[in-house]
Amino acid sequence: MSSNLKLIWNGLIPENPIFRLALSMCPAVAVTTSVENGLMLGLAVVFVQVFSSCTVSIFKSFIHPRIRIPAYVIVIALWVTVIDMILPVISPDVYKKVELFVKLIVVFAIIISRLELFASKEPLIPSFFDGLGMGFGFLFGLCLIGAIREFFGTGQLFGYDILGFNPLLIMVLPAGGFFVIGFIMAIFNWFEYKITGKIPTSGGAH
Amino acid sequence: MNVKQFSNVALLIVLPIFLFLMIFPTLVHAATGSGSFKKDTEIQISFGAPVDETWANDPANYRVFQKTDPDIEIPVTSITLSPRKTSAVLTFGEALNLSSEYEVQAKNVTSDGKVLGNVEFLVKKSEGQILFTIFLGAMLINNFVFTKYLGLCIFFGVSQKKETAIGMGITFTIVMVLSAVMCWALLTFVLQPLHLGFLQIIVFIGTVAIFVQAVDTILRKVNPYLFKKLGVFLVLIVTNCIILAVPLINADSGNGPFESLTLGLGAGLGFALALFLMSCVREKLELCRVPAMFKGLPIAFVVAGVFALSFLGFSGFSIF
Repeated sequence: MSSNLKLIWNGLIPENPIFRLALSMCPAVAVTTSVENGLMLGLAVVFVQVFSSCTVSIFKSFIHPRIRIPAYVIVIALWVTVIDMILPVISPDVYKKVELFVKLIVVFAIIISRLELFASKEPLIPSFFDGLGMGFGFLFGLCLIGAIREFFGTGQLFGYDILGFNPLLIMVLPAGGFFVIGFIMAIFNWFEYKITGKIPTSGGAH
Repeated sequence: MNVKQFSNVALLIVLPIFLFLMIFPTLVHAATGSGSFKKDTEIQISFGAPVDETWANDPANYRVFQKTDPDIEIPVTSITLSPRKTSAVLTFGEALNLSSEYEVQAKNVTSDGKVLGNVEFLVKKSEGQILFTIFLGAMLINNFVFTKYLGLCIFFGVSQKKETAIGMGITFTIVMVLSAVMCWALLTFVLQPLHLGFLQIIVFIGTVAIFVQAVDTILRKVNPYLFKKLGVFLVLIVTNCIILAVPLINADSGNGPFESLTLGLGAGLGFALALFLMSCVREKLELCRVPAMFKGLPIAFVVAGVFALSFLGFSGFSIF
């Protein structure tokens, strides 16, 4: 059990998909103008990641290695279509804002890379927890960026007014997302430097 | 053939196709247009003969409405007749929707005291103008990388060197244009007749993946040198969000074949432009003294933020 918890912790902080692996950046900047949007898309990603990890883990012996990428894409597309039908029923107005990105989960690099690196080799239970960890890491990243941008951009959190004025309007503009991610990544690097004493070589290549 | 020569050849192929597309629809529609938009609150119509000033300056003589709903009339606030009295500019209180068609009916047109009868004018933007607007919108005003944040993974991945950035930009543009048209064809001729709209995500990504695989196989045999240069990028393209977003946007807004193609071309060129700009800056950044914790991706994000700020300057920019 402790190894499963370790898998979740691993996805949450040491291999956080957004700040450490730097995968699937598009939604991290695009939908995070408020916490609510980030939460919605994060939950969708958790769902798709967990279910496609399990599916691939179960059927891994039937997938020929040469056609594995198209096979993974089809599995992901299947679960994305399912969540794309569930979300509008749960919360129609938030869904409208993140609609395009829910459909684009198909091409999120984080999901296919976890299938390739983990679920295609490991049995069902660890794959489930790895998917859960990565999904929660993504959710955590989206919510953190969303909270910072919503608070500094509009002075609100979850739509409730806290400050009553707009301190830094640039945060909700396109440019703000890039700045916030750049600075959070730098902070993660700084923590790693303090803990391990090594200057980190940050980020994956894509 | 190196990447530079390849880029010239690709430009030579893409440009004439684009120019033809711009001109061809204009030629077809030029005969029917008898009125045109001047600004977003003005319409210019020409009568073909001098008309009476007292008749022309009476707003009650004109009936203006959108072609789709003839019941809603748009009130004319003022009329300016040209010095030769053959054409008039109608001014409206509210802004017109420039992407739809309007009809202007002039009642009892009088010339030299004689009543000539009713005349109807059809006012709409020419197809070429609409396509050009879509193209500029996708490339600059709503640049997919800097204002819609799509395709960031590849954007940060391959923007380290200028040469790879150019190669990726060209490969991506070609694949983007072709797959946009193919997805349009599949949607119109297969999915919609069979009422399978909910399958569009699976079908589109499948189409793109198969198409990329096909280009990969053909290029490997036909031009091994080019394949060696571009092989890695071809596989990466499948994970680019833009390649799936453009067909989805096309399907959502009901674009026709020419519009789909233009949106694909604009998105591809916009992505290539963003990659090129970013790679220029990142080559210089290698030589700069950057704080240790900002090295690599964090500083690249801050640079992208500055680019996004400057691309904000294009918003509200229009030619027609």
